[in-house]
This record gives sequence, C-alpha cells and structure tokens, in this order.
Amino acid sequence: MKKILILFAHPRYEISRANRALLEPLHDLEQVTIHDLYEQYPSFNINSAREQQLLLAHQIIVWQFPFYMYSAPSMIKQWIDLVLEHGWAHGAGTRALENRTIFATVTTGGSRESYAPDGFNRHTMGEFLVPFQQTALLCGMHYLPPFLVQGTYRLTDPQLARFVDQYRDLLIRLSQAPPTPGELSGMERLYDLSAPLPPTPHD
Amino acid sequence: MTDGILGQAIVYLAAALLCVPLAKRIGMGSVLGYLLAGVLIGPFCLGFIGHEGEDIMHFAEFGVVMMLFLIGLELEPAHFWRMRGTILGLGTLQIVLTTLAMALPLSLLGFSWQSALASGVALSMSSTAIVLQTMKEKGLTQTRAGTGAFAVLLFQDIAVIPILALLPFLAMGGSTADGMESTLLQGLPGWIRASSVLVAVVGVIILGRYVIVPFLRIITRTSVRELCIAAALLIIVGIAFLMKQVGLSPALGAFLAGVLLANSEFRHELESDIEPFKGLLLGLFFIAVGASINFGLLLDDPARLFLMVLAVLLIKACVLLAAGKIFRFSFDQNSIFALGLSQVGEFAFVLFSFINRLGILDSPRTDLFMAVTAISMTLTPLLLLLNERLVLPRFGTLEQERRQPDQIESVHQVIIAGFNSFGSTLGRFLRANGVEATILDNDSDQVDLLRRMGFKVFYGDVSRLDILRSAGAEQARILVVAIDNPSMTLDLIENVKKQFPNLTIMARAGNNLDAHELLDLDVRHIYRDFLDTAVRAGVDVLAALGQRRFSATRSAQDFIRYDEDAMVRLAPHRHDQSSYISNTREQIRLQEQLLANDRERNRLRHDHAWDNTSREMPD
Repeated sequence: MKKILILFAHPRYEISRANRALLEPLHDLEQVTIHDLYEQYPSFNINSAREQQLLLAHQIIVWQFPFYMYSAPSMIKQWIDLVLEHGWAHGAGTRALENRTIFATVTTGGSRESYAPDGFNRHTMGEFLVPFQQTALLCGMHYLPPFLVQGTYRLTDPQLARFVDQYRDLLIRLSQAPPTPGELSGMERLYDLSAPLPPTPHD
Repeated sequence: MTDGILGQAIVYLAAALLCVPLAKRIGMGSVLGYLLAGVLIGPFCLGFIGHEGEDIMHFAEFGVVMMLFLIGLELEPAHFWRMRGTILGLGTLQIVLTTLAMALPLSLLGFSWQSALASGVALSMSSTAIVLQTMKEKGLTQTRAGTGAFAVLLFQDIAVIPILALLPFLAMGGSTADGMESTLLQGLPGWIRASSVLVAVVGVIILGRYVIVPFLRIITRTSVRELCIAAALLIIVGIAFLMKQVGLSPALGAFLAGVLLANSEFRHELESDIEPFKGLLLGLFFIAVGASINFGLLLDDPARLFLMVLAVLLIKACVLLAAGKIFRFSFDQNSIFALGLSQVGEFAFVLFSFINRLGILDSPRTDLFMAVTAISMTLTPLLLLLNERLVLPRFGTLEQERRQPDQIESVHQVIIAGFNSFGSTLGRFLRANGVEATILDNDSDQVDLLRRMGFKVFYGDVSRLDILRSAGAEQARILVVAIDNPSMTLDLIENVKKQFPNLTIMARAGNNLDAHELLDLDVRHIYRDFLDTAVRAGVDVLAALGQRRFSATRSAQDFIRYDEDAMVRLAPHRHDQSSYISNTREQIRLQEQLLANDRERNRLRHDHAWDNTSREMPD
C-alpha cells in the first residue's frame, strides 16, 4: 500500500466548505497523511529539512488548495521554493523524489465551463497549472492531471458529496495501484479515471 | 463530661467525625450522616446533649444564614432576573397549593380554620439546607430539578417575611404583641413594624454599596488573611443581627447582602473565606435537627406519627409533582424535584414556635408538628437515594440532561491567574478575539482600576485552590499562570495538577531556571519573560545595522524555536552539577551552553533554495 501525503494549504480553512468536506472523510485512512501547511507554519517559516523527511516517507504527493488569482495560495509557492530545492529535488546531485507520483487537488469558484479558451477565464485549468506540472517534471516525478472541484459557490450538498466520495475512492485506489502514463494521456481531470485500475504486475 | 463548651465541642465533633465518613461510605451523603450523629448523641440514644439542643439550634441556624449568603454571592443579579419567572411562578404555586392541601385535611381533623391555615403554611416550607446540600453532593444543581428546587426554596425564604408579618392576624384573643421575636420594635404600632421591613431592606442595600465594599477594600489592602475572614464574618453576623432586630429572617438578609456583593471584586475571596465555616455550622445544624427529634412522642404513638409524616410527604410531593408538570419537567427531573422538596424545612421550626406563642396552635400539636418536621428532614436523603436506586432505573426516561446555556456563559474556558502586564496583555488579546477569560488577581487597587475599565476581574489570592474552584476551575479548560512570584507559581501548579486534571496549564517563567522547574512539573507550555520581546528588539537591531528585515525576522523565529528546544534538552542536565553551585553560576553555565549551541547551529545553517551558490556549477 502506497502512502499519500496531502500538502494542504488554505489560509481560511475555518470558513472553507469544499475543502473541509473533501478532507473530513480522509482522516480515518491510515495511508493518508494530511499536512496542513498554514497550521504548521503560520509565519511562513517552513522547516525544509522536516518537509523533505516527510516527502521521503510518502510515495504519492498531493497539493490541495483553493485556486486564488489563477494560482495556488502563496504558502504552496513558498513550500515549492524552499522544499524542492536545487541539489535535493533537482539539479546537480540526487533527484530525491524521482518516480514518485504527484498531482493537484484544486477547488475553484468559477465553473468548469468558464475555464476554456472561449470561456471567461480564457485558458483551461491544465494551462493554468503548467508551472506545477513543469516543477514535477523537473524533479522527475509522475505528474497526474488535477482533481478539480469547480463552481464551489453553486455546488449543492449532494453534488459536493459526490465529489467527496470520488476523492476518497480515488485516493484509496491510487494507494493500491497508481495508473500508468498510458491511461492518463489526453485526460484533463483526474476523476475521469472512472474505469477500474488493472492490477500492476510488480505489486 | 458534657458540661461546659469544651465537652460539648468534643461530643459534636466526635459524633460528626464518626458518622459522616460512615454515611458517605455507604453512599448516603453527609447530610444523613450529620442527622444520624444528632440522633446518636441526642437525648434518645446516648443522651450526651439534652434540652440544650434548642440553644444549639439557634447557634446552628447560623449555618443556614451563611449558606444563603453564599447562594446570594453566587447569584448574579442578571441571572436572578432571568430566573424570575420560575421563582415567582413555581414558588407561589408550591406555597399556595401546599397550604391549601394541608389545611383542608387538618380542619377535617378538628383544627380551627386559623390553626389549620397557619400549620399548612408552616408545613409548606422545605429545607433549603438539606436540599441544596444534597443536590450539590449529587451534582444536580445545574439540572432542571436543581434550578427548580432552588427557585422554590428561594421563594420560600423570601415568603417567610410576609408570613411572619401576617400570622398575628390569625391569632385569636389579641395577644399578638408578645409573640413577635423583635426586641427593638416591641410594642410599637403595626405600621411602624411594617415599614421597618422596608427600611431594613433598603438599609442593607445602601450598607452594601457604600459601606461594605469600601470597608473591604481597606481591609484587603492590609493583606492579612485573618482580617478578611473576620470582615466576612462581621458582615454576616451584623446583617443577621440587624434583621433579627426588625423581626425579619436573618437568612434573607444574608442572602440580600450576598447578592449585593456578588458583583463586587471580593466575590471569590468572600466565598472561599466563609465556605469552611458554612460547612461546619451546617453540619452542626443538621446534628441539632437530629438531636431535637422528640422520640418520646414517637414511642407514645409511633403509628400515628409515621402516618402523619407519610401523609405530609405524600401531599407535598403530589403538589410539587403537579407544579413540575405545569413547568414541563421530564419524569426524571420531576421525581427528583418533588421528592427532594417534600420534607418540611427548618423555617417550619421558626414558624411553629411563633404560631405556638401567638396562641394559634396548642403545645402538644406544636410538638407533634416539630417532630414531623425533623423526621421528614431526616428522611429526605433516604427518599432521594431510593428514587435514584429503585425508581429511576425502572421508570426513568434516562434522557440526558442538557446544561442550560446561560449557566455555561458564566464559566469561562480560560482562567488567567495574575493580572499583571503579562496577564492583561493576554486578556486583551483573547478578548479582541472573542474569548472571555476569568481573571484573578490579589491587588485590590489594580482590580478596582481594571474593573472600572470594563474588565471582568476578581479579587482573590490566586495561589489558593478554593478561590480557583469558585472561579470555575472545574469546568474551565485552560489555566494561564501569569503570577510574578516563581515559588508561588510552582506551588500553585503542583496543586492544580492534582486537583484539576482537566486544566491545561500554560505558565509564564521569569528565566531559564524557572522554566526548568516548570518542566520538572511536566508543564509543556512555558512562556519565558522577554524571550519574544528581546528577540523582536534583536530584529530591529539587525535591521538598523543594515540586514534585510525578512532574513532577520526568519532568523528570529528560528532562534525562538531553537531556544525552546534547547530549554527542554538542557533541563535534565542541570541536576548533574553538585548542589553547592549557586544559582548564579548555574545560570551562567546554562547561558554559555546555549550560546555555544547557537554558534554551532548558525554555522550549519543554510538556505539552499534561495541561495545561488549551490547552482554555480554548470549542469
């Protein structure tokens, strides 16, 4: 069973509906570690050594955050800058996170339709998340498409509950068998991965 | 042996010490223990105390007076006002219905309507002392049964005044004057006596506001604890005396004084000063009740007496059940409420002797009612025990008693001990974030000032556990010890850990040595004076010297984190040195060790990510 680290960043978690709902049912999964960055580092003084130890102890990494001004909250950027440092995660020296799986779980206020070339935001979520994708590639990690919960202001409770179930199922499945790159080609959102995963030979 | 006050004291104390632990061991509560002790040493059993029982009674009633003072203290006027509906509604209902339900059968038994009515009123009284003590021991004071009982008892205590005033009108033959207990107003016309009641109540209010509080301020400034206790006793004795002079219930006067002082800063101090006296005197009161049971009457016609007790209990319980039903008590609560209040109370002793002196009731009947009263009081704890063991498990709805929100809000989750600049800053910060704290301090000038600035501050020696308890330490979650004196801090924490394991302790420490002592006590949240302020000043120094403020601030945060780790790491090692090393040398050694560790760490400190030097090699 692969261990999953959720690097969660929400500066106002106490008022977040969608992210709270997504995280709530994960607390009893023993393979999932929820690491609340704003709770751990209220003054942004990230302890890189500790974060790197934590990364090494997990095989699947998730950035989970609400989408602010077309990017992640500043804590995620601070974390990427400090923790995925040159000489450790990339560049000369070892690629400590090579072959690990990583993806982003993102909640957006705007609807799925508004993130399209002809939509209000003029670009797809895949395009907005290119810096995260490239960061993962730089570190030699497998980057999966994002898990998106969109139009959060208008989500009804049953709709949100469907996302919550899907998220939990997805994490459980990933911890049992991560998908192969072939399965992911052309996929825009991770929850389209609806077919059951074939068992991988080396497991 | 029992001659003289010393012999008497030995008898009373020994009986109490013997019976109360025994009663508690069998699960009966201390009230029953005291009552049994009274029966044991009374004229019927061992005969150590005979007719002196009556003298003791007068003295022991003081326990009831003190209890009402304490009830008053715990009752903030706002809370009292919220309960007004229950007090007036439930109280009136209980007295009127019980009086009628008693008077009717009595008049059928051949009592004149006057004596039936007077006896009915007296029998409608319940025992404040027994009920509140028993409820408290069973932890029922916050339940609906508890608050309902409190309301009824309070109303009865208040109602005693008009009842005492009106009883003379029932007297036949006009021999009213010599019946009044009043000594000061004896022989004066009725309207003066009536208006004296008003004058006395207003007098207590004025006295409380303009004499007692300033007087207490002067006394507490001397910081002699005995004086504070003496002052507290003087207040109660004085008010009781004043009330007696005008023929009012001393208990009511004490209650009034308590309510008046409830909003003053001395509330917690007074509470804990009087508490031990109250307990002992109440015990004495219960012993006296036990001793005053007339077993002669019991032997003459036991069946008749017990039938009467049973009838009285049954009638009162039925009336209370009906009243509880009207006020929508659940079955569990109503059964506790009705059985709890079904006895005849201590005011009945006062009323019956008054009725007797007025000539409304003849002596044999008065004696009989007195015996009924005493026996019914003795039976109360037993009744509640039976209810708890036999009735509730079978018929109870077992519903969880929800605590009423207005009672929670008076107990804050945070207690701050010591309202110095540390405590006050903390208090202001918490308040700015919507968290109210109970604040205790023993500097009455400071307390007064802060109260005028709108803070909820209580005067009290914070190192005393009883004060902490009255400040709600049993329900609170966090105790912040902000006291200036290190040895006081340690004593307090040691005791608090034993008495209130529910409290998370957060403590302020003067320096590293104090912090180590706190670590030895297993305190995990330690705040050393000036650590944060000094480091913040350090950031300003570095910035003024030309360093980047962001780097300096991050370094400051690292320093604090590291310093706190080092404090924990170094704590066990400080005992290695021989004990003759003075504190100063120890201090210097520790500082050097810290500084050495810091140098070590700063040398190793690196910031790869934002540091270009690691990337200078071409890929």
